[in-house]
Amino acid sequence: MHVPDGFLDAPTSVATGVIAAAGVGVALRRARAELDDRTAPMAGLVAAFVFAGQMINFPVGAGTSGHLLGGALAAVLVGPWTGMLCISVVLLVQGLFMADGGLTALGTNITLMGIVGVVVGYAVFRLVLVVLPRKLGSVPVAAAVGALVSVPAAATAFTLLFAIGGTADVATGKVLAAMVGWHLVIGVGEAIVTGLVISAVVASRPDLVHGARGLATRTPLVTSELAS
Amino acid sequence: MGAGHGHRLHFHGHSPVHRAPAHLKVLALLAFVLLVVATPRDWYPVFALHLAVLLGVVALARVPLGYLLPRMVVEVPFLLFAALIPFVAEGPRVGVPMPGGWELSLSEHGLVAAWGLAVKGTLGVLASLTLAATTEPNEVLRGLQRLRFPDLLVQIMSFMVRYLDVVTADLGRMVTAMRSRGVDPRSPRHWPALARTLGALFVRSYERGERVHLAMLSRGYDGKLPETVR
Repeated sequence: MHVPDGFLDAPTSVATGVIAAAGVGVALRRARAELDDRTAPMAGLVAAFVFAGQMINFPVGAGTSGHLLGGALAAVLVGPWTGMLCISVVLLVQGLFMADGGLTALGTNITLMGIVGVVVGYAVFRLVLVVLPRKLGSVPVAAAVGALVSVPAAATAFTLLFAIGGTADVATGKVLAAMVGWHLVIGVGEAIVTGLVISAVVASRPDLVHGARGLATRTPLVTSELAS
Repeated sequence: MGAGHGHRLHFHGHSPVHRAPAHLKVLALLAFVLLVVATPRDWYPVFALHLAVLLGVVALARVPLGYLLPRMVVEVPFLLFAALIPFVAEGPRVGVPMPGGWELSLSEHGLVAAWGLAVKGTLGVLASLTLAATTEPNEVLRGLQRLRFPDLLVQIMSFMVRYLDVVTADLGRMVTAMRSRGVDPRSPRHWPALARTLGALFVRSYERGERVHLAMLSRGYDGKLPETVR
């Protein structure tokens, strides 16, 4: 899933680098407003969690496997800005420390998965949540739909970048059909896993799920007559 | 938690490349890959020069190629993608005679594009691996700090790097426990169990973050990490 060096030409790589830097800059400021001085340890640990979650592969057919991208998952769990920050940090660490995804393509990868994936995933999540009944059980469903849409959306954004700065003479329509078709399949896996994970967290710690804020009902304190 | 302070890609050594300041290495790597990406793909001899420079650095670092090459598998999916391009690209076609008397029709532009993708991607991965093999993660972080990377971003990255092995080991123990109870984590049939595991991992990681934050506060954390002397 990580775009390597040389996939897009140098000007496009630099341009996506600028977009990514701006996006991460905004995310940093907004996440700090959300988390205050907890930002560094909390975002760091959530990023480590996303990385660990990405290590789990699921088969997507034809002998290949996909893995969780985690954009929608992170956005619903910790909020869109912290989520964007966490995915970007995961990509930065993978690119700088693990040679996974090219260094010149880092901006492209952050733009696609960190910004487009998270923003689309979270926007769709919010939209679906408006339509569904206002209860805790709607959160995993909305998160799954968000995840389902976010993966082909990132693939579409990639196709757009490829049309602008691609280094191969392939008709854009063909790339679009192949990318979106393939990522729709991955998106289904992403949606199922995201929905199940969110529903697991909602069942045990609804207070931790950013997307469920305002939906969790406090269990009323029941006092007995015995006290008197 | 004593284990896991090393790094999977780091190759211990004392060569000039290992000792070079990390911020210079990061800058050199960035300049090198930008140069590779900006090189027109039909300047074939120049790529040989790029490769020679890179192999020179690897030799200077005394990191065996046998250590780097198996770690280049991360780019295999994209090599497969590159291999598909000659079949679907536009432009004049060229016939390649195949055994059995038929011709394989490939796009000329596609062949050149596939070559470009493969060579640039491979050079990029090898160069990034060389940085990872010769530089401890903490050194890279300090280098980024010296390059005026946003302080908060460096802090988040350092926490991720620090707790990566802790969190993945946590997941590893949970998966072992699942397997010992007959769960196959790859099978969609067991996704609900796997998802509950991931949910538990999130709660554990989040709570660990809260504990780390409180521990930091009690040691006087004020939003900035203290400069540590090596």
